[in-house]
Amino acid sequence: MSQVVKSGEFALDLDELKVAGEGDRMTLSVGPHHPSTHGVLRVVLEIEGERIVKASPEVGFLHTGIEKTAENLTWQQAITVIDRMDYLAPLSNNLGYVLAVEKLLGLEVPPRARVLRVLFTELQRMASHLVWLGTTAQDVGALSIFFYAFDLREGILDLFEEASGARMNPSYFRIGGLARDVPEGFVDKVAAYLDEFPARVLEIRDILNDNPIWLDRMKGVGAIDGEQALALGVTGPNLRACGVPYDVRKAFPYAGYDEFEFDVPVGENGDCYDRYVVRMEELIESHRICRQALERLPDGPVVVDDRKIVLPPKHEVRQSMEALIHHFKLVSYGFDVPEGEVYQALESPRGEIGFYVVSRGKNKPWRVRVRGPAFYHVFALPAMLEGALLADMVAVIASIDPVFGEVDR
Amino acid sequence: MDTVGLILIRGAIVIVVLLTAFAMMTVIERKMLGYFQLRLGPNRTGPWGLLQAVADGVKFIVKEDIIPRDADRLVFRLAPIISVFTALAAWSVIPVGPPIEVGGRPVPLSIADPPGGVLVVLAFGALSVYGVSLAGWASQSKYALLGSLRASAQLISYELSMGLSLLGVIMLAGSLRLGDIVAAQDRLPFLFLQPLGFIIFFISAVAEASRIPFDLPEAETELVAGYHTEYSGMRYAMFAMAEYIHMITVSSMVTLLYLGGWNGPAFLPPVAWFGLKVALLLFVFIWMRASLPRFRYDRLMDFGWKVMLPLAIVNLLVTAVAAALWA
Repeated sequence: MSQVVKSGEFALDLDELKVAGEGDRMTLSVGPHHPSTHGVLRVVLEIEGERIVKASPEVGFLHTGIEKTAENLTWQQAITVIDRMDYLAPLSNNLGYVLAVEKLLGLEVPPRARVLRVLFTELQRMASHLVWLGTTAQDVGALSIFFYAFDLREGILDLFEEASGARMNPSYFRIGGLARDVPEGFVDKVAAYLDEFPARVLEIRDILNDNPIWLDRMKGVGAIDGEQALALGVTGPNLRACGVPYDVRKAFPYAGYDEFEFDVPVGENGDCYDRYVVRMEELIESHRICRQALERLPDGPVVVDDRKIVLPPKHEVRQSMEALIHHFKLVSYGFDVPEGEVYQALESPRGEIGFYVVSRGKNKPWRVRVRGPAFYHVFALPAMLEGALLADMVAVIASIDPVFGEVDR
Repeated sequence: MDTVGLILIRGAIVIVVLLTAFAMMTVIERKMLGYFQLRLGPNRTGPWGLLQAVADGVKFIVKEDIIPRDADRLVFRLAPIISVFTALAAWSVIPVGPPIEVGGRPVPLSIADPPGGVLVVLAFGALSVYGVSLAGWASQSKYALLGSLRASAQLISYELSMGLSLLGVIMLAGSLRLGDIVAAQDRLPFLFLQPLGFIIFFISAVAEASRIPFDLPEAETELVAGYHTEYSGMRYAMFAMAEYIHMITVSSMVTLLYLGGWNGPAFLPPVAWFGLKVALLLFVFIWMRASLPRFRYDRLMDFGWKVMLPLAIVNLLVTAVAAALWA
């Protein structure tokens, strides 16, 4: 039966308007203020019943202009804003940026600083994965895991606070080393934390792995294969869950990672469950790296011996004219970085984070371009979501671990 | 004989007790969840945070009552009332103990004790679907609509297995009157005669009460808040009230049907035994909330139709054959 609507001279056949298969479609706008979009992601879903036909992510709600802001700060100051991009892994951001600038300057940091940097970034990876674990479990409905994971992460944040004075955005790394050496007794505190860490992670893993509902919610959900993942620019644990053993720490070692012994866990199916398994194993691997870092932590300075880059110690400033001039120059002007451009990639908890830093020989960066891994993951969402159920959406979004500070920058 | 006055007094007592129990449940649940989750729970209002319920109540009452522009205003207002009404009405036939003597006259410890008491409770449970589905429909919000569709589908599918598992108990007791069913368990609670029926009934009861792992109608992370997404203030509180009272109702039903009701060793009065058993079941509800993730919608329906319903039918058949042979 064709239905024709007439209005004056015009006649409109309603059947002509119908598009095949779109009879029961509904457009559902999820976010940016939705409880499980992990910040400010908006996904426009087309659903038939509870099944997702099409998903289009939309980002940019947390755009802070960090890359631009960095151009107006001196090289050393820019660390603080770089920190605030991926607010769950600020030290990974720090490390990428300072390594890039150190490449331009041709600096080699002292061994103590190098090992401490590895220790801190790995602790950061553990903290970030714990947040991921807690929020993912919460999105799937397991409330308590959230608190268990956050309680465990609290210990890491306390360690950061001890060393740098800040919990969330420590800005602890400096071009040329670290902001300051770790306080007395710090190594023992880290060791004590690391001692209790594996048992508690395994406890959480047991709670989840013995739970059929959890397995049901994660297995086979949001799967993509390795090829597709590579084509979409997916990196990090999400890529490794697809069975591609790409880890920047192994492929292009930086910051002395080649001295450490660790495995790169990989999954098989690229579904939410494999992403979960890979991250759980990475927690243990990071723990291993931290242990090694503690064992081989050498004594010595934590900054390079270069007065043009690093502030001279206070007692020198009081006695030496030259040191005073250096101090004044560094605080007021900073330092110039030789002209050039450099790309430094590293493995952040989310994946390959790349810093493309361009210097025009001035005291401020000419351009800091960041390749945020989560950005690519968010745009891999349509491939994972199509054909899934509405309930899977939260599991999939959670499992790719997006941080919107970094996506939107 | 019961006078109208006595019935009204009992009704008032039931409502006051239920609403107090609801308020206490919210606090106790939050405290318990706190302890499950390595934190303290509410502890600023009154001793042990017990006045939290009062604070919440005041907050709900003074909050702005928002009705969405496009909502169906009449139905939107009616839906929470239906929810609370059906939740409370189920209690009109639930006895909490054997009849007691007051001034030489026997007074039953329920508002009424009709011969078909079990059916009345089931009927009011089924009616509660209306509150939920009308709320979602009237809100003119997609999340609320999805939530209410989920709720209707879920409640209807689990009602079936609930009803079927319950038939086993009715066969054993030979009566639909709740008092008779409890009396039939004076030696052995039906839990031991109907273990499968008990499991099916309890799982269905959790689904009926929309609690984790079956809280899909209001799945916070997926549907924001499901059918009550658009509700605020006291109307929102009424849905919470209905949910908690429903939880108490199904716990009482499990107690009456499977755990021997108020039967228990004589060192405690029957009403205390009843209360203890209900409290134990409520604790299980909270315990599950602290430890289980949420089912996925399609799995929930699969589970309801492909596992629970066949099992309930098998249970019914086995009970019928056994009862026939034994008799």
